[in-house]
Amino acid sequence: MRETRLLDTAFDPAALVDRLGAATPQSGGIASFVGKVRGGDGVEALELRHYEPLTLPGIEALADAAQARFALEGLVISHRIGVMHPGDPIVCVAAAARHRRDAILAVDFCMDHLKSAAWFWKRELKAGQWHWIEPRSQDYADLARWSKSAST
Amino acid sequence: MSEPVRVIYLGKLADIAGRSGTRLDVHAGPIDWSYLIDILENKVVPGLGEAVSDDRVMVALNGTLLADKTALVAQEGDEIAFLPPVSGG
Repeated sequence: MRETRLLDTAFDPAALVDRLGAATPQSGGIASFVGKVRGGDGVEALELRHYEPLTLPGIEALADAAQARFALEGLVISHRIGVMHPGDPIVCVAAAARHRRDAILAVDFCMDHLKSAAWFWKRELKAGQWHWIEPRSQDYADLARWSKSAST
Repeated sequence: MSEPVRVIYLGKLADIAGRSGTRLDVHAGPIDWSYLIDILENKVVPGLGEAVSDDRVMVALNGTLLADKTALVAQEGDEIAFLPPVSGG
């Protein structure tokens, strides 16, 4: 099973992970990560914008790279766009593999790329005002881990 | 009537422009970089030409990233997208 989706309405990450499990009877494990809108920072809403000709093709290329790099039985990536609120899922990446490390590393690899290299623009609503979010240097550092020859 | 060139502003560039996009008439011929910057700065919003000239802003023509945005040549019906640094999913 291989699926990449951009969704403009709420989704259920658990159902996605369950479908991956059902579709990969040969796998020995599934790793997943669910990113959600953080609460407690005064953030009232989060909006993700995308550019259709680039965003989903970029995620498909990322899934190709993950499948080439790790021994996977299945890989799913669902990513929200539009306006979300604290607690809402933003992204779910799940990987099924014969052995755990491929699944765990594939999810980590995909998330580091989604956080710093995917075509999304993000803004937050705080105290009634929207603010664009600038790239974080930590996200670039996380991405750089995967280009060192010694890693994975 | 020729098809206009569509210009799309992503991220905070849409706020600077005060709109998500602009349609440009091309009856005078293809649009190159310096002409585009002049239009954005003088006909759309002052400061927009400067904002898209920032080194960190990338340009896609019909969905393909340009290695050198200043080499842009847009014909009728083309779509130009201005892409500021991404802020992650």
